[in-house]
Amino acid sequence: MTSRRTSGTVRRRANVVLGALYIGLALLAARAAYLQVVSADYLQIQGQARHTRVVKDNSHRGMVLDRNGVPLAISTPVDSVWAHPPTTLQEQKYIPALARLLEMTPRELSQTLKRSSDREFVYLKRHVPPNLATHVMALKAPGVALLREYRRYYPAGPVAGHVVGFTNVDDLGQEGLELAYDAWLRAIPGTKRVLKDLQGNAVEVVESIRLPVAGRDLVTSLDRRVQYLAYRELKSAVQKSGARAGSAVVLDVQTGEVLALVNEPDFNPNNRANLRSDTFRDRAVTDLYEPGSTLKPFTVAMALESGKYATDTLIDTTPGTFQVGGKTIRDTHNYGVLSVAHVIEKSSNVGASKIALSLPRERLWSMLRRVGFAESTGSRLPGEVAGLLNPPSTWVPIEQATISYGYGVSVTLLQLARAYAVLANGGELPPINLLRQDQVPERTRVMAPGIAHKIRRMLELAVGTDGTGTAAKVPDYRVAGKTGTVHKLTPSGYSADEYVAWFAGFAPMEHPRLAMVVLIDHPSGDRYFGGQVAAPVFSQVMAGALRLLDVAPDAPRPATTVVAAKEAKDVR
Amino acid sequence: MLASAVLVVAMLVVALRHESRLLFAQLQTLRSERDALNTEWGQLLLEEGTWSEHRRIEQMARTRLDMHIPGRDRIIVLDGTRPAP
Repeated sequence: MTSRRTSGTVRRRANVVLGALYIGLALLAARAAYLQVVSADYLQIQGQARHTRVVKDNSHRGMVLDRNGVPLAISTPVDSVWAHPPTTLQEQKYIPALARLLEMTPRELSQTLKRSSDREFVYLKRHVPPNLATHVMALKAPGVALLREYRRYYPAGPVAGHVVGFTNVDDLGQEGLELAYDAWLRAIPGTKRVLKDLQGNAVEVVESIRLPVAGRDLVTSLDRRVQYLAYRELKSAVQKSGARAGSAVVLDVQTGEVLALVNEPDFNPNNRANLRSDTFRDRAVTDLYEPGSTLKPFTVAMALESGKYATDTLIDTTPGTFQVGGKTIRDTHNYGVLSVAHVIEKSSNVGASKIALSLPRERLWSMLRRVGFAESTGSRLPGEVAGLLNPPSTWVPIEQATISYGYGVSVTLLQLARAYAVLANGGELPPINLLRQDQVPERTRVMAPGIAHKIRRMLELAVGTDGTGTAAKVPDYRVAGKTGTVHKLTPSGYSADEYVAWFAGFAPMEHPRLAMVVLIDHPSGDRYFGGQVAAPVFSQVMAGALRLLDVAPDAPRPATTVVAAKEAKDVR
Repeated sequence: MLASAVLVVAMLVVALRHESRLLFAQLQTLRSERDALNTEWGQLLLEEGTWSEHRRIEQMARTRLDMHIPGRDRIIVLDGTRPAP
């Protein structure tokens, strides 16, 4: 009886325990289901936040290349040291050593960290050399890590400084092509998730959230060899003449591609810590100058176009001065009676003025506008200005006269080069481009081919023996061009002893390939004429460039040095 | 039936997760290898740029190799358009 009662009690107790266990199990299952199903997302995020971190994943900016693929700007990876301030501040003992490596005082470092203690990220030092980066990591300071960034190097240095421009520490274009084509060159950074250890250091990359996109390479129209030639010759000319500044540009007359663009004073884009910003200025597109006599060919083109003048029409320039509205226009000599062609050759201001004044002023204005003055060239270079040319309705006779020889109108060097390309290619205005063109772009006809051809002949005379630009001659090639010497416009009027020396021209005569304009600003010696200081630069650069580009000589040569192709084998 | 299908899929998920981790690790190594090669290439380009700097080449050609641009009378122009006599 007792035993039966006992066994009944035991069973009941067992059932209670079992029941309790089942309830416990059910509770556990419910909790598990709650965690796994209901709050899974929340918990996952929290968990990941404790052991992973999302960091920036940089990629490199595109290269800037010259037309033959030679690099002008390259990005190379460098490391930047950054910290997770709360983690780093926990372990004070690392700070002195870290500060020493980063060339800071411990105080500075702590302050930097404290200032951003509520943030996840602070740069400690950017763009450190590789060996320093290794040392910093060897320290194993908590929360300190490296970030891959890219630094820009410019192999051509000062040679292409202005035109290529440069980037800032954040890899963004600041000047030149780097700025103009920033969107094309720029890399889009991605993000990646990294695992971190107990100290908060990233130990492993677990996934890419967004892949970084590298910047695209930019193939420019520049030719590094021609660019160097232009740089070297311009620099030596500016130094020799004691000039304040100078610029030169070389264009392909068919495609409007810029083969070289240089300015003085120059700067080295690799090391610009201690530079003044006015040396960055790309004077060839941002500065306006009066073109002086280099504008005369367009006055004459306008005259030929009117039908009232021909190449041999005679103009009396006696006595070398000419009164217009109370002002006197002067020539350097009294040239007497000149033909239109000789007005260019001798560069007679009186002749040009008489031509301009005998024709309606709209004609001259229209010609200047058509060859691209007073409008942007479309080069996309930062800071490019359009130039100044007043509408003809505001012109008074003296203005009409002075504009005919290049005073009272302001142009950029690049504009003048493009206008000369029009004369060189037979009357079509090429769009200016700093990117390599694989075919001849569409050009607008702005001048009849016959007129462009006649002007070309006159410009060849101007560099001939009796012209003003003999120093521009290039051995073995026939060249054409025009000098200009301009009194500089200062706030108090035209300066008596400050000049701008110009030379603009193209070569070779028969099938022109290159147009070049040289400007020397304020040559300080007693040699300040365009024919003396600017023309030699043209000659030197053209000679080298034509040889480099394999342009066949077109000047008559001594008979013995020209042989036919078949015979050539025997000569060698 | 359904239970076994779920089991199989579950195992596949685990296996694929693992594989993706492995492949990602491989991708990381390859990427860092690429970065290293890119770095080296960039440095070589820069080095080449420095060595082939025109000023330096010109100076060496003139001084060390005693080279100069031949005079006009020493250049022979081959005219492909003119027939040989």
